Formats: sequence, structure tokens, C-alpha cells
Amino acid sequence: MKALRNKLDQLRKPFEKGQKLEKFAPAFSAFDTFLFVPNHTTKKGAHIRDAVDLKRTMVTVIIALLPALLYGIYNTGYQYYIQTGSPFTFIDAFIHGAWKVVPMIVVSYVVGLSIEFGFAVYRGHEVNEGYLVTGLLIPMIMPIDIPLWMVGISTAFAVLIAKEAFGGTGMNILNPALTARAFAFFAYPTYMSGNKVWVSEASSVDGISGETILGNLAAGNQVNYSFMDMFQGAIPGSIAETSALWVAVGALILILTGIGSWRIMVGGILGAAIMGLLFNLWGANALMSFSWINHLVVGGFAFGIVFMATDPVTAAQTNKGKWIYGILVGIFCIMIRVFNPAYPEGVMLAILLMNVFAPTIDHYVVNGNIKKRQKRWATAQNLKTA
Amino acid sequence: MELIKAIQTRRGAQLKLKGAAEKALSTAPPSSTFALHPDDFFGLTPKLSVKEGDKVKKGSPIFFDKKNPDIIVVSPVAGVVDQIQRGAKRKIEAIIIKASSKQEAIKLKIDGKKGDADHIKHLLQQGGMWPFIQQRPYGIVANPSDTPKAIFVSTYATAPLAIDYDFTLQHDQEDFQKGIEVLNHLVETPVYLGVSKSSPGFFEQIQHVNHYSISGPHPAGNVSFHIQEICPLNAGERVWTVNPEDVVNIGRFFSSGEFSGQRTIAVCGNGIRQPKYFVTSLGVELAPLLENVGKAHDNIRIVNGDVLTGNRVSANGYLGYFNTVVTAIPEGNHFRMFGWLPFKDNGVLSLSNTSFSRLFGSKGFDVDTNLNGEERALVVTGEMEKVFPFDIFPMQLLKACLVEDIEKMEALGIYEVVPEDFGLIDYANTSKLEAQDIIRKGIELMIKEVG
Repeated sequence: MKALRNKLDQLRKPFEKGQKLEKFAPAFSAFDTFLFVPNHTTKKGAHIRDAVDLKRTMVTVIIALLPALLYGIYNTGYQYYIQTGSPFTFIDAFIHGAWKVVPMIVVSYVVGLSIEFGFAVYRGHEVNEGYLVTGLLIPMIMPIDIPLWMVGISTAFAVLIAKEAFGGTGMNILNPALTARAFAFFAYPTYMSGNKVWVSEASSVDGISGETILGNLAAGNQVNYSFMDMFQGAIPGSIAETSALWVAVGALILILTGIGSWRIMVGGILGAAIMGLLFNLWGANALMSFSWINHLVVGGFAFGIVFMATDPVTAAQTNKGKWIYGILVGIFCIMIRVFNPAYPEGVMLAILLMNVFAPTIDHYVVNGNIKKRQKRWATAQNLKTA
Repeated sequence: MELIKAIQTRRGAQLKLKGAAEKALSTAPPSSTFALHPDDFFGLTPKLSVKEGDKVKKGSPIFFDKKNPDIIVVSPVAGVVDQIQRGAKRKIEAIIIKASSKQEAIKLKIDGKKGDADHIKHLLQQGGMWPFIQQRPYGIVANPSDTPKAIFVSTYATAPLAIDYDFTLQHDQEDFQKGIEVLNHLVETPVYLGVSKSSPGFFEQIQHVNHYSISGPHPAGNVSFHIQEICPLNAGERVWTVNPEDVVNIGRFFSSGEFSGQRTIAVCGNGIRQPKYFVTSLGVELAPLLENVGKAHDNIRIVNGDVLTGNRVSANGYLGYFNTVVTAIPEGNHFRMFGWLPFKDNGVLSLSNTSFSRLFGSKGFDVDTNLNGEERALVVTGEMEKVFPFDIFPMQLLKACLVEDIEKMEALGIYEVVPEDFGLIDYANTSKLEAQDIIRKGIELMIKEVG
């Protein structure tokens, strides 16, 4: 450990102030601080600081994502083997899935991190850790057979337009991972919807067809999955969205560590459940009569509300605002699903829509506090003049 | 004791630190020099009344505020002005006074019968006692020409390793009562006196005050919070605050006519071998005190004040004007391999649930000055509110201060806070944002633009 530290201190020399590679210091720091929490001490303000930092926060989110990711990898193989009818073991399915998913993750990280490092060097700030999560989320919400170059382009679009154009980490309006998906969705619709994209190799092997449950419902077809299938996630869909069970494990990690907002999650589930229930009562089409509890476990709703809607930068920032934001995400998600057959999955658009409105929600919540104060001032003024 | 209000909060955090002082009052070793730092008085522009080599008595004016010459800071000791230390742009940093062996004091004649506010104010100014009275908004020395809406004294201290006033002022009850009577002449409603709900101590026997009780974790002891709960500040209003020991000092001044600058301090922290309480005076040398308690580490940082809000001071520095603790903690200039992994390094005190530290340290934590990460953009939301009991949106106020939007700062409650109230936010926030610094600059801007 000591030797490694010494080596790093030695390697750092050309990056120090006034040295040749000074400009690239943020890039070097990113690697250095990945290995060691730096020896920086407090300069002003409080003399002691909490052990938590942004790296720890982001790594916690990644840990929360892992159960859903691992299950998604397995489910990729599982869907493939079930459809082709060939016998397989757990390991086979997992290997097949990993063979498809890992390259997507690599592409997403390489493209996104290159841009992040580039901007950090260009703007002369440290590399923010936010992309560690975004870079993992992007492949997790894509269909399995999307070509790698599309993953790359969507990632580049998201990082450049949704994030850096707004000033980088902490300033963006839209969730970058969802922006990547929305970009792919509108730019390459044939790779993002239909019945040939959700199961591995569906387009090249005859006989495989896998429509998502929501797609089936939108097309007016029957659904042959039980609630337990949908809950466990052995259904076709985007890579890691299918299993409500493993998403719930992630949600538990986020809530217990305090990293993810439980207010948004509970609000979202409430909103979706109420909306689903109302549509159940109405029951005009297959999607409307689809039980509200099933609405909560199919498609990307669970994944979206737990991992995407809770992105603290793009969600509402006040506690009251988080409730309103979460409930509205839930309501809009089910509404888009039911009313718009072209977008059987509503959660992506619902969250992006609410991302745009989150500052407005906060504005009114904060204004409540301001109004209260101004009213108090006005009463004090009246008392004085009276 | 009749309470006008029982303030309660659950938002905040009580940081458990090792190195609390043992509850026994020691006499401080003698100090050969004393110092006054104009920086201890936020917002004051000093104008010197003395020059190097001048002889002074205890109570002789040393400097006054350029903008308000009635605010006079006097010498806590008789002796010779030894040195006037200046920094960049000839800014006065410290006035060092060498104590002489013969102690003489300026003695004012106090007529106990005269009780009008102007007379009392005049005496306090002449005696150099006025700077003990602080004003909200802004946390600056009060303007003698104002009439405050209320005066607040809080005896409930919640900061890490804070002293217990019931213990430190145990022999001063009479002077405390006297000080309260004096302050009562300056306001219409009697002084608001905050006491701890669980252990109010002798303060519950104090007469002619409005008692209120407080319970809850830090920063529940901060006066700003009490003011907001009991008589919130509106634009243009003034509330005065006085520290408990300064109430004692004021009481003593009115009995004797001599300046009194008693400080009962705790020299504590995990950088100290034998933390102790000392009865001493403001402005004393720290070196003899530190020698008495002993260092527990080679490389320690000495803080005038508590670890959240204090100022760094060198080992041969001096006790500040207002602080009641001197804390020493080891410097944390070390690396931690993979220290960012959740649930690793649980020995580092943390309020976050990404560490098990809260499950362990029932005996308190050894803390150091490591930043535990690097400064980042503001990402995480909701964490500031958890340690901020005020009816104020802390992050929004900080952002308003950062962009210097005066109207918004006013609307979001800048008048109701002082930098100290953001100490825990400094400590707890993930992005290592310097919240106190931002608020301090915001308040400076308000003083400049609004006044």
C-alpha cells in the first residue's frame, strides 16, 4: 500500500502546478482518488467532515443496481434459450447474457467517460463521479439487440446535450441515461420497439418472437404470464427492467442507506396505483383493464421510479416537492401507457416530462416558505404603524 | 420556573467526540501577554486608540469601530502595548499587550439607582462592556442607538464538546442575576433565557426573565433557532443576544465598576492528553494552557472555538474574544486506500447510512481534519434539511448567496441565520460545500448593500 502510494506520488509530479502536464491533472486525479481518498484537510468552515463523499454515494447506487443487472444478464440468456427450445443451465444463460450485455456496458463507459474526462480537462475541474451511475444505467435500459454503435451514439448525445451543454454534473435538467434512451427511441425506432428486439437474437433466428407484455396489451393480444412471472422478471423487456423483485432489493439498499429518496419512490407507487385503479374501474381497453397491481410490476415502471426518478439532480429538491414529483411520475406513467398505444412504455416519457417540471414544483414549494415570511413581515409592519 | 415555550426539535445531530474535559475547574497558568483580534468582531472596522509602547490599564480603550465610535474594545489587562500586528494592506490583525506586574484598572462610578436605558448603555460603552452585546440579524456587535425587540440568552450549548454553563458558572449565580437586571433596562420585555429541558441547573432560579426550554440535538442550542421559534426577525428589526458568561461579566461590571472579561473555558478534543476546564480571561496566551493539558499527537490543529465553527489558531496564539472552548484535534493529512467504499472505515464519524459508524462509537470518536473526499458539484438533496431545524430552505438560501441575489436571500431568511447555524451542514454535506463561508459572504454583502 505504501509502495503504491509512493509510486502514485511520483507519477503525479508532471501533473502538478507549473509542470508540463498540468492541464491533465483532473484526469490523473480521477485515477488517484479512485485508489486513495486524498490527504486534503479542511481549510475553512467546519474542521471535521463526514466520511461520506460523492464517490461513496455513487458507488452505493451502483451496488443497488447490481442485483437488477445480474438478473437482467441471466434473463437475457433465459429468454433466448426458452424461445429456441434448446436445453440450458443457469450458467449457460448467464454466459449468453454476459456475452451480450458486457460489451454494451464497456461501450457506454468508454464513450461517456472519454467525454467526461475531456470536459474536465477542458474546463479544469475534477471528474465528477455521476457518470459511473449513468454509464451503467444506459445499457441496463436498452433492448438487448441494439447495435453497439447506437449505444455509443446515444451515450454521446446524452452526455453532450443533456449534461455538458447545461454545465455538467449537478446542472442538468434531464436525466442523462433516460435522454440516451429517448434519443435511441426516436432516432432508431425499429431497434427500440416491436416484437423482434426484446429477446436476444430474435431478429436473426426464426421462431423467436418476444413482445413485451405492454406491447402485447397495446396490440390487443392476450398475455400469458402470471403475476409471479412478472414480479420475478422472467419476461421479455429491456435488459434490467424486467424484475420488480430485484429492483425492490435495490430500492431497499437505496432507502436504507438514505441515498435514494423514499418519498419519490412511495409517491410514484401511490400515483401509479391510484391511476391504475381508476383505469381498472373504467376498463375501456385491454391496457385499462390490466390490473393496477400488474401495472406496478411490468415494464420499466419499477426500475424507472427506483433508479431514474430518484436522480437527485433532475428530481424535485425539496421534501414536499419530492412527494408531488413522485406522485405525478406515477400518474403520468400509467396514463401514457393506457392512452398512447405508440408508446406502450410510459415511464421514460413520464420521468423526462417531470424532470422538466421539477424546478417548477420546487419553485412553488419554496415560494410557500417565502410567502409565509413576507406575510409575517407585513403583519409586523401593520402592528408598528397601527 | 414558568416556561413561555418549550422548543423541541429532532432535526440536527449530536456529534460524539472523544476528549471532553473533566468536570473540575482549574486555575489557569498565568499569561504574560494578552491579545485582541479585531477579526473576532465580525463587520467591525477597527481604529486604534493606542500605539506601540503605550501604557494601558485594565479597561483602557484599545480600538473602536470606525463606523460607530461608541463601540469600544478595551484592554483586558494592565500593561504595555507590545506589538500591533498588521497583515496585507496594513489590516490590523492583533494588538498584543504585555501584562505588567502591578495590575491597575479603570474604575467607573456606578450609580445603582439610575436605571434608564441611555445611562446604562453609556456605562456599558465607557466600561468596554458593549461588545459583549451582539445583534441579529448578522451576528455583529449591537448598535447602541437601536432599541431591540428582545434580548436572548441561551444557556443550552449543543456544539461538539460544548461546555456546560451550569457547571462553569456555578459560582457566578449572583452576578448572572445582576447582569440580567441590567439587560432588562435595555428592553421592554424581560430577557428571554433559554435553559436545557433536561438539566436547567441554577438558571431556573433566575428571576425577572422569560424562561423557555430547549431540547434536541445540535444546532438546537443556537440562539438563531430560539429567536425564530419565539419572536422571528422581520426585515428591519433587531434582536440582541448575550452569551451567559458575558451576562456574568456585565453583572460584575455593574457591581465593581471595572471591566470584567472572565472566560471559563474547556481545553478539549482528542488532540489533548488531559482535557480540562480553566477559569481565565479573554485574550490569554494559549501556549501555557496547552502545555498544562499536554498534546496527544505531534501534528495537531488548535481551534479557537468548537470543531464546527471555530477559527484555526497557532499554538502560540491567543484565546478569542467570545469562545468558550479551545479544541485540539489531529491533522488528517493522510490517505485512505479505497476509503470511498461504503461501509469501509467505520471508525470515521459519519451521519450517513453508508457507514456503520453510528452503530459503534458509543464511547465517542477520534476525529481529524481530513476532508474525507473532494469538493464536488451539489448533487445530493435533502441531506441539509436533516441537520437544519430552521423553517428555512438551506440549499436554496446557499444558492441565492452564491449568485448574490439579495432579494431572494432576504426572502429566504438570511436575516434569521448566522454562519454558525450552517456548521453541521459544512460537516454533513456530500459535496464538501463550504456553507458557513458562503453564508458569511452573503451576510457581508447584506451589510454592505442593505445595512
